[in-house]
Amino acid sequence: MIGFSADTASFWQSLQERFVIDLKIGEGFTALVDFMREHFGLLFDAVAATISFVADNLTLFFNYLPAPVVFGVLAALALWRVGWRFALFVLAALYVIMSMDLWPASMDTLGLVIAATLAALGVGLPTGIIMAKSDTLQAIVRPVLDFMQTLPAFVYLIPAVIFFGTGRVPGTIATVVFAMPPCVRMMNLGIRQVPVENVEAGRAFGCNGAQLLFKVELPLALPSIMAGINQTIMLALSMVVIASMIGAGGLGDPVLAGIQQLRLGIGFEGGLGVVILAIILDRLTQSFGQRNKRGAGLLTRLKTFFSRNGKADAT
Amino acid sequence: MSTKLSVEHVYKVFGAHPKRALERIERGEGKDTIFAETGMTVGVSDASFEVQEGEIFVVMGLSGSGKSTLVRMLNRLIEPTAGAIRIDGRDITRMTRRQLIELRRREISMVFQSFALMPHQTVLENTAFGLNVAGTSSSEREKRALDALDAVGLKANADSFPDELSGGMKQRVGLARALAVDPGILLMDEAFSALDPLIRTEMQDELLRLQAEQSRTVVFITHDLDEAMRVGDRIAIMEAGEVVQVGTPEEIVREPANDYVRSFFRGVDVTHVFTAADIARRDQITVIERVGVSLRAALSRLQEHDRPVAVVHDRERRYQGMVSVESLTERIDALGRREEGAIEEAFVPGVEPVAADRPLTEIMTQVAECPWPVPVVDEHGRYCGTISRATLLHTLNRTEASAA
Repeated sequence: MIGFSADTASFWQSLQERFVIDLKIGEGFTALVDFMREHFGLLFDAVAATISFVADNLTLFFNYLPAPVVFGVLAALALWRVGWRFALFVLAALYVIMSMDLWPASMDTLGLVIAATLAALGVGLPTGIIMAKSDTLQAIVRPVLDFMQTLPAFVYLIPAVIFFGTGRVPGTIATVVFAMPPCVRMMNLGIRQVPVENVEAGRAFGCNGAQLLFKVELPLALPSIMAGINQTIMLALSMVVIASMIGAGGLGDPVLAGIQQLRLGIGFEGGLGVVILAIILDRLTQSFGQRNKRGAGLLTRLKTFFSRNGKADAT
Repeated sequence: MSTKLSVEHVYKVFGAHPKRALERIERGEGKDTIFAETGMTVGVSDASFEVQEGEIFVVMGLSGSGKSTLVRMLNRLIEPTAGAIRIDGRDITRMTRRQLIELRRREISMVFQSFALMPHQTVLENTAFGLNVAGTSSSEREKRALDALDAVGLKANADSFPDELSGGMKQRVGLARALAVDPGILLMDEAFSALDPLIRTEMQDELLRLQAEQSRTVVFITHDLDEAMRVGDRIAIMEAGEVVQVGTPEEIVREPANDYVRSFFRGVDVTHVFTAADIARRDQITVIERVGVSLRAALSRLQEHDRPVAVVHDRERRYQGMVSVESLTERIDALGRREEGAIEEAFVPGVEPVAADRPLTEIMTQVAECPWPVPVVDEHGRYCGTISRATLLHTLNRTEASAA
C-alpha cells in the first residue's frame, strides 16, 4: 500500500515535470507594470497630482474645521435625514472618538474616504450608465468588476506602491479601485430595472436620449444608485484602513500599530473609530436613497408632533 | 370625415434577420413554420386599415395576437419591418429621428396599461411631462397641465404623488398626461385593463364624455369585447398577427368573418350592441300611406293582405299610430252608415313608438309586454319599421346560436 502510493506520487511528479510548464504569469505582470511605468509615467504623475490635490485638501479641510462645527453639521444632517435618536447617537459617537484622542486620525480618514469615493463615483457612475445601454460593454466590464472585487485587497497595494510610491496618493488610488465596482454594478442594474413602460412613456412623449436618462431612468434608478454609492463608501472606508500599511495614515495607523506591536487597547480603539465613522456614513447615505416622501421629512415630523391627534394632516 | 391615420401592409418580425423572414412570408410560409425553422417571430403580418379623423378605433385580440406591437408601431416605439404608416398623409416610417421626436411631442401621445407614471413627480409634474420634454415654458406648462387635470376631474390632486392615488385616479393622470400635449392622435394600450370592472366602466364613460367634448382620433387596444363594443366606433380584430376583420360593432356581431371572431361572442351579451333600428323590419305589416284614407278602405286593405295590424304614417313618413282589424271594425260599427270617421279615432291604445338608437336591452320589456309589434321611429319621428316579439326572440336566438 505504501509502495503503491509512493509509486503513484512519483508517477504524477514525472507527469507534472513533463507537461506543466511555468507560464511565468508573475514575471509577465511585473514586465507589464514596468512597461507601463516607463511609457505612461506622465499619465501616472498627472493622476497622482490630481488625487493628491483633492485628498490633501479634503483632509486638511476636515482637520481645519473646528470639532464643534463637525459635531453640529453631522448632528444636523442626522436630525434632518434620519431622526433625533440618530442625531443623539452621532453626538455621543463623536464624543467617544474625541475621548480616544483619535480626532485628527478620524478626520484624515474621512477626507481620504470622501476623496476616494468622489474619484470612484466620477469614473464608476458614467461607466455604469454606458454599461446599462450596451450589452456588449456589459459583457466586457462585468468580468473586470468581478476581478476587481475578488482580488484580495492587499494585492492592490503592490502596484499602487510601484506606480505611486508610498503615502496618501497610492492609498487613495488603491481605495478607488477597490471601492468602484458596487457603484458601477448598481448604476447598471438600477437603469436596467426601470420598468419598460416608464421608458416607453418617456420615448412616447418625445424624450431624446439625454432627456430619457435624466428625466426617467436616473430618477427611477435612484434607490439602486444610492445603494451603490453607499456600498462604495463602505468599501472605501474599509480599504482606507488597509491602505495605512502603505502609509495612507488615518484610523488605520492605530490598528496597524495594534497588530505590529500586539497592543490590544490601541488596536481596539482604532477599530472602534472606524466602526463609528462607518455607521454615521452608512445611515446618512442610505437615507438619501429613500425617496423623500411626506411623512419622513423633519417638517412632517414636527407637524405630527404638534397636531392634536398625532397624525400628519397632509397625508 | 378625412383619413387621419392609415396603416398599409405593415409587418413586424422579431429576430435576427427580419428581411429573410419577410421573403419566407412572401413565399407563403406560415408564422409557425418560420418560427420553427428560423426562430424568428412574426409579430404583425400584413396589417392594413384606415382610421378616420375623430373616431375611436378599437384594435381587439387575445394576448399574443400582436395588438400591442401594432399600436407601438404607430409611434415607432417598435420599428415596423415593412409597410407604411401615414399620419395626415406623412409616412412616419420614413421620418428621421428628429422628425419622429417632434411628431411624438406634438401629434401623437399614449396611455399605458400599467399607467407608467413617474413616481418621483407630483400629479401635476407627471401631467406636464410631455410639455416639459417639448421645452414648453413652465407657466404655460402648468396652465395646460392644470386644464388637462381639470378635464379628468383631478385638479384637486395636483400636488399628490402617484402612490397616493387609486388605480382609477392614476389612469386619469395617465390620460391627462396624454391630453395635455393636445395630440391629434391618442394611443391607448389596454389603458383600462388593469382596473377593476366598475372603475373600468367609469373610465370608459369618461373617455366617451371627453370624446363628446372635443373629438380626437383614438386608437384603443383591448382584449375585452364588451369594452370594444362600448367605446369603439369601429373595431379591428386581430388574430395571430393578422387583422382578420374591420367594421362597426354591429357589422362584426352580425357577420363575423370567421370562427375566431365568432368565438369572442361566446357568453357575451350582445343586446346592447344592437339598437332598435338594427332589428326593425319594414315588411312586417301593411302600411297605409296617408291620413285621410277612409276607415273602410283601411279595413279592406288589412283583410286583403290578411294582416291583423297596420302602421299609419303621413306623407313625410312620420309615424301617426297603429290600427288593427278589431279597432277598425269597432269604430266602423259605432259610426253611422254615411259617416266617414277619422282614422285617428281607430288607433290602438297603448302602442308607444321607440327611438331607433335605443339599445335592445332597453326596449326588450316594452316589446315583450306589448300585444302588437312595437313601431320604431328615427330622430325626426319618421317610421323605420317594427319589432315584434318574434323578431326579438329570433335575434336573441341567433346570437345564442352564433355563440355556440
